[in-house]
Amino acid sequence: MQFMLLFSRQGKLRLQKWYVAHPDKLKKKITRELITTILARKPKMCSFLEWKDVKIVYKRYASLYFCCAIEQDANELLTLEIIHRYVELLDKYFGSVCELDIIFNFEKAYFILDELLLGGEIQETSKKNVLKAIAAQDLLQEEETPQGFFEDHGLG
Amino acid sequence: MPAVRGDGMRGLSVFISDIRNCKSKESEIKRINKELANIRSKFKGDRTLDGYQKKKYVCKLLFIFLLGHDIDFGHMEAVNLLSSNKYSEKQIGYLFISVLVNTNSDLIKLIIQSIKNDLQSRNPTHLNLAMQCIANIGSKEMAEAFGYDIPKLLVSGDTMDVVKQSAALCLLRLFRTSQEMIPSGEWTSRIIHLLNDQHMGVVTAATSLIDALVKKNPDEYKGCISLAVSRLSRIVTASYTDLQDYTYYFVPAPWLSVKLLRLLQNYSPPDDPGVRGRLNECLETILNKAQEAPKSKKVQHSNAKNAVLFEAISLIIHNDSEPNLLVRACNQLGQFLSNRETNLRYLALESMCLLATSEFSHEAVKKHQEVVILSMKMEKDVSVRQQAVDLLYAMCDKSNAEEIVQEMLNYLETADYSIREEMVLKVAILAEKYATDYTWYVDVILNLIRIAGDYVSEEVWYRVIQIVINRDDVQGYAAKTVFEALQAPACHENMVKVGGYILGEFGNLIAGDQRSSPLVQFQLLHSKYHLCSPMTRALLLSTYVKFVNLFPEIKHNIQEVFKQHSNLRSADAELQQRASEYLQLSVIASTDVLATVLEEMPAFPERESSILAVLKKKKPGRVPENEIREGRSPNPALATNHNDSIVSHAKPSAVSANASADLLGLSTPPANQPTAPSNTGMLVDVLGDMYGGQGGQAQQNSSFTAAQSYNPKKFVCKNNGVLFENDLVQIGVKSEFRQNLGRIALFHGNKTPFPLVNYETTVSSPGDLASKLVIQMKPMDSVLEAGAQKLQVLNGECVEDYIDAPSMNISFIYNNVPQKITIKLPLTINKFFEPTEMNGESFFARWKNLGGDKQRAQKIFKASPPMDLASARTKVMGFGMQLLDGIDPNPDNFVCAGIIHARAAQIGCLLRLEPNKQAQMYRLTVRSSKETVSQEICDLLADQFE
Repeated sequence: MQFMLLFSRQGKLRLQKWYVAHPDKLKKKITRELITTILARKPKMCSFLEWKDVKIVYKRYASLYFCCAIEQDANELLTLEIIHRYVELLDKYFGSVCELDIIFNFEKAYFILDELLLGGEIQETSKKNVLKAIAAQDLLQEEETPQGFFEDHGLG
Repeated sequence: MPAVRGDGMRGLSVFISDIRNCKSKESEIKRINKELANIRSKFKGDRTLDGYQKKKYVCKLLFIFLLGHDIDFGHMEAVNLLSSNKYSEKQIGYLFISVLVNTNSDLIKLIIQSIKNDLQSRNPTHLNLAMQCIANIGSKEMAEAFGYDIPKLLVSGDTMDVVKQSAALCLLRLFRTSQEMIPSGEWTSRIIHLLNDQHMGVVTAATSLIDALVKKNPDEYKGCISLAVSRLSRIVTASYTDLQDYTYYFVPAPWLSVKLLRLLQNYSPPDDPGVRGRLNECLETILNKAQEAPKSKKVQHSNAKNAVLFEAISLIIHNDSEPNLLVRACNQLGQFLSNRETNLRYLALESMCLLATSEFSHEAVKKHQEVVILSMKMEKDVSVRQQAVDLLYAMCDKSNAEEIVQEMLNYLETADYSIREEMVLKVAILAEKYATDYTWYVDVILNLIRIAGDYVSEEVWYRVIQIVINRDDVQGYAAKTVFEALQAPACHENMVKVGGYILGEFGNLIAGDQRSSPLVQFQLLHSKYHLCSPMTRALLLSTYVKFVNLFPEIKHNIQEVFKQHSNLRSADAELQQRASEYLQLSVIASTDVLATVLEEMPAFPERESSILAVLKKKKPGRVPENEIREGRSPNPALATNHNDSIVSHAKPSAVSANASADLLGLSTPPANQPTAPSNTGMLVDVLGDMYGGQGGQAQQNSSFTAAQSYNPKKFVCKNNGVLFENDLVQIGVKSEFRQNLGRIALFHGNKTPFPLVNYETTVSSPGDLASKLVIQMKPMDSVLEAGAQKLQVLNGECVEDYIDAPSMNISFIYNNVPQKITIKLPLTINKFFEPTEMNGESFFARWKNLGGDKQRAQKIFKASPPMDLASARTKVMGFGMQLLDGIDPNPDNFVCAGIIHARAAQIGCLLRLEPNKQAQMYRLTVRSSKETVSQEICDLLADQFE
């Protein structure tokens, strides 16, 4: 996989993960073009499209679009299921995930993605194992973090 | 604000809420700038920031970056976080770096140091963070720094499973960055054996890695084939409960299955019959499962199941060895064609394209033609329609070409703009490839222009002209058809171009019919003239001048038109020039000259279809699947493409620089100069080289600067051009050789405003040359009128081999002053070469046979600087022998073979030219059965480089 983008129906980028090195300018350009292209497509259309030299696989969940760019020889259907697995993980972790969860906890969304995909390849397909790893991270954090007075009162 | 899990950073949440509450872009930017200022001052001033605060600010910066703003500080603080011993701080540090750090050299060293520390940590969570960072950034420096540690982690016995998983993918990323760091030797077998690992996650990750390694070094990793097949076999025979959490919606390990099937596509079918049998069983099982009732109605179930199925079909197609499996695959895809899931229809069409190229399944694919045609017409999604078009193209063969082409033409009328151009190309290619009746081909292309004229690229209409010119059985039909098509009140400009060109060549074939008499043809074309672009007008002017030759009876009508356009009223310089040149040509040239100059275009040499090349360029990698059929239905033997010539007819604008040079040249000679391009000297070139060859241009230019231009050396390696020029005359030459005969046309042009009288030409041959090279020549008229150009033809016959070349003495009186010019005729012995194709073996055998002292000649000489192999190549190719590429192990060396034809004997000749770039020297060796020939050939060619 070359990159994954999450964006809203309004075209706001919510998460971006790049597995190939591009200059920032190019990343912005690709993002802009792709969001426009996908938002223009109608609901019943095919989830795959040829775009430049990659294949785009996308799917909409509620207000969010999940969009992956994959190599020509990669498997489109299974890419859809990578997206679905990611959504399931987010859903399980946040409990009925919504766009806001991803906005406010973007770092968590990244951590979960890093457990699922590494360097653009699927790392762990077992939902149980990923959630276990994330739970272990949370545990470590809770042990480490002293919740001070200021923090508790939103003054941090 | 939603609840925050783990360690909430409230400051961050507050900030995010603030941003979301901003009513306008301006207030958002204001809020962000305030925050940036705050963070900057914190980072600068307050030295007592604790880890938590640093983490929080770094996280805010990250958020601001993700909103689309540039971040130019905070990197250092993020790097500091990496060395924190608190996991949460380290994690944010790594996140910031993997999102924001490009390979910034100063920081990368620090980052690599931190990663090194974490890699050595006993804490697996730290270890994983470090590896995630490597996999995320994957820079060259990282490949160098960790190329040893990561493979070790991967295969070491005491590494935890999750670390192995990360290590495999981490290594994959580094390997992609830097191919040198490929673990080999003992690593190979240990990496391959990860396919047997107990842990499914480890196997999945390892398979991705092995797939990449195999691509680089298939032989070394060959051992993975049987392991992959066994693993696959265990998965497909497993029940969905066996694999527990690696079963996805009742499908056992779909990711691993797909990866294994992909891995096997790097190899041809397994040699070992046992392994091969097991693999085929797996594939059959997968096909069988597709027919079973679904275990769940969820789309995830069908997606995962079909993902494996499609990958299995890919492998079946890749192996292309089991007819039974191929046909089953085809039937399966056929079912998908009418599935209600758009995604499945799309993929089925795509896969079928590949199946159509296999000889085992081509016929099976054709059974679905009707459904595919429906898909092309009815699908709501253009990308699916596009796939249907691709498939129709791939499944087309002789038996169904007419129907498919017709359907595509029908669809083209309403097709999406985005796919029209490609469809036009495809229709044109299919029509050409499968035409048995060329009238059909002509109809198809003219229909294309009628339906989708805007999308008919130059290549397509060039091509129809090439084909019509090369096939005389279709010329009359083509002329009749374009004539009819042009009757339409509004016809596309491309139609005018094709019509103009074809009527100009073959209008005479339909002129017998009163309805398409010469005048009617001319008036019909000219009625379109004013609606066309300059380029088309230029083409039409060429057509008109061709009409002058074809139909002398309408010469006056045409001259009228030329007159109208030869003055300032025609704003385009190119058109003006053409009109005036053609006008003069029609006024001055005799019928004979006209007939020569305006002769029918010669047949185009055969080549790959130019349109096919365009399609390939448009869609690199995934185009002409329509290749396989070649074997069965041989490509109709038709001639192909010689773009240059057509371009020169049709595309004057490309060479406007040249054209303006012509105009400059006009100012010297008098106004009644017969043919303007006479500064190239060659009428014959009006339609040909004038806009083409670089050589021609260079010569023209030089003729303005030098008072006299004469370089006979140039004509050793070329046959046409200006042989001699001074202020008074210009002698052009055009020669042809066949066997031991040659025909040299000399064009004597008078550049002055006065007639040249007592104009006389004689040939002088030194020594006994006259008997070895017999020349016959007609005397010229003794007066060469002002501005006129006269043709003189010489016939030469090579009786036996000779050295040197004959000269021509030209004498005349200009302005009462006698003038004398002597020019070497371009009649060196190499002109009688016939190029000989031979393979390396026979070349070397002959070379050896001709090894005697009396047969060899050699010269070593300095390259007149600088050494330029491309121009050397042009010279060698023009020399007349066959240039044999790929025979000499050194690709810079030129090796040639040829036979000199003389009446008395044929003399075989071999040549080798070795450039030495360092020394800027050439070594030239010639071997032939005759010493004098070897020596002369050697001298002639060496002379070209000095």
